Amino acid sequence: MNNRLTNLFTHKKENLLAIYFTAGFPALDQTIEIAKATAEAGADIIEIGMPFSDPVADGETIQQSNQQALDNGMHLELLFSQLANLRKEVEVPVLLMGYLNPVMQFGLEKFCQKAAEVGVDGLILPDLPMQEYEETYRPVFEQHNLSNVFLMTPQTSEERIRKIDALTNGFIYVMSSASTTGKTGAISTEQEAYFERVAKMKLKNPRLIGFGISDNASFSKACQHANGAIIGSAFIKTLAQSQQLNKDIGTFIKTVKGETVLS
Amino acid sequence: MNYQVDTRGYYGDFGGAFIPEILHPNIEELKAQYLDIMQSSDFRAEFDSLLKDYVGRPTPLYFAKRMSKKYQTNVYLKREDLNHTGAHKINNTIGQILLAKRLGKQKIIAETGAGQHGVATATVCALMDIECIVYMGKIDMARQRPNVERMRLLGAKVVPATSGSQTLKDATNEAMRHWINHPTDTHYIIGSVVGPHPYPDMVARFQSVISEEMKTQLLEKTGSENPDYVIACVGGGSNAMGAFYHYLDRPEVRLIAVEAAGKGVDTGESAATTQLGKPGVLHGSKTILMQTSDGQVVEPYSISAGLDYPGIGPAHAHLFASGRAEFMSVTDRDAMEAGRLLCRTEGIIPAIESSHALAVFEQRKFAPDEVVVLNLSGRGDKDLQTYIDYEFE
Ligand SMILES: Cc1ncc(COP(=O)(O)O)c(C=O)c1O
Repeated sequence: MNNRLTNLFTHKKENLLAIYFTAGFPALDQTIEIAKATAEAGADIIEIGMPFSDPVADGETIQQSNQQALDNGMHLELLFSQLANLRKEVEVPVLLMGYLNPVMQFGLEKFCQKAAEVGVDGLILPDLPMQEYEETYRPVFEQHNLSNVFLMTPQTSEERIRKIDALTNGFIYVMSSASTTGKTGAISTEQEAYFERVAKMKLKNPRLIGFGISDNASFSKACQHANGAIIGSAFIKTLAQSQQLNKDIGTFIKTVKGETVLS
Repeated sequence: MNYQVDTRGYYGDFGGAFIPEILHPNIEELKAQYLDIMQSSDFRAEFDSLLKDYVGRPTPLYFAKRMSKKYQTNVYLKREDLNHTGAHKINNTIGQILLAKRLGKQKIIAETGAGQHGVATATVCALMDIECIVYMGKIDMARQRPNVERMRLLGAKVVPATSGSQTLKDATNEAMRHWINHPTDTHYIIGSVVGPHPYPDMVARFQSVISEEMKTQLLEKTGSENPDYVIACVGGGSNAMGAFYHYLDRPEVRLIAVEAAGKGVDTGESAATTQLGKPGVLHGSKTILMQTSDGQVVEPYSISAGLDYPGIGPAHAHLFASGRAEFMSVTDRDAMEAGRLLCRTEGIIPAIESSHALAVFEQRKFAPDEVVVLNLSGRGDKDLQTYIDYEFE
């Protein structure tokens, strides 16, 4: 696999920051605007969420952003049309993240084709089982040069982590704890021990830590144990409260990365 | 045609385990152990004795004389309404609590729609002295108030689900989220033949006691184990699967599954999944699902909280797609009329869910020599207010 995502990992191996936001939130037509501001402020990877009515793996913040995006009228056809000029505006790798059902209804082939066409580099579908991936989805993803990202958790066995590593061709999404998205609080020593256990496995794929990463402290800590980290809920909260999108996105990302923010 | 789950966890094109990675170890643990545990002799002994002495099984198979006369056929009612706690739901919760104990789990969570599954779960948790949390849609808490009070009296914590349509679908979402956040010490007692494999098979096996008893009782009463028809209502489909289970491979027994049409299949306020749905993935399995063309799950409607669900169990999706079962739908109005009729002809107040199945007799003629078993899934105590408030014509 050779795309913007795999290329990124060949030249940058630490302090990678991935930012998640839900397409269609806070307003329907800000997808490109947010992606562009996020990349310009220094995010290395962008994950665009495809809203779903029943996001069972998500906590309240992302649930509400999904619902509002749907209420605003977001759907996949519209998202792809918004992304038509993505690659004129944004250079960093972009992944689509969401639940399986809307993708199934859109049609797997057509979905992957459109994603590749607008310049998407990979997919994260948390409710796509490994067995289904191997049997049905993998050939289609690969045909369209789309990386697939699997998640792992503190409960994932070593054997299964090895299997995830073998099937992954982008990065491994290391969930910081057994929880839905949006959990807050500092990273515990227990979590650090788990990150180290995984680091010692010498996996072939880069690892990004996500769930509960929200600020400079948690981002820095995560980066000590992996190639980088993913922020979702905390960013969504910033968007929800923002009066000046560009400025607030810039401040958020620079703060997380520990850079001086000029006001 | 095979109607049982296959080695991949599928029923034909439906089923599977579409779960976030966090739940993988839980589902694997269940998958690896449920059959061994259920088939072990100490489990069987404890399960059977609780069903007999605590639940009150076997439930009667009652020849409904006046109904039979009215509809010119032979109507038998399988009296699941006479179970302890008032519905078939307890067959499953007894089974799952015994399983949870053997898996070493210390806490139980459940979702509930009508509150029957919640009450049945709270009951077995009290019996086994295990902490119990039940998620229930906020709207359902209002329309099934007595069951909320029952659960609390039994010591369970009832948590309102305030997202989405605030009914069964959302209660299920919340229960799954809770499980994701507490994967090691908690067992999730799903209340119907829905969810990721192996839940649909496990729940079907616990409920299969219904048709197991029917065979013996029919043999005694009619000289044959087989009826001509089995009729049952379908929310997720657990009472129907229990009533169909031992007849699945006997094509001479015709199976009728009854869905809630709400205000009418084409009114936009309905829960008739097989008529309005398409294949999709929700709550861990691939099944038939009411959804928009964009794949967003539609909020269903039925007067009956227990049938107010946008999907059906994957085994039922397969029975539908293969034509093994016939699916019918019944409106709020026809169900309410049929419920009242049973009160007045047989002196039995049925749950509104079960009333949907009863209404089939108005839609469909059966021959005078045919034997029709209707699974009367629950009693109507919880629905008293709805019956009282309903404006009958
Ligand atoms: C009395 C009764 N019947 C039927 C149902 C529907 O569930 P299922 O289709 O799983 O039997 C319920 C659900 O709450 C119920 O309480």
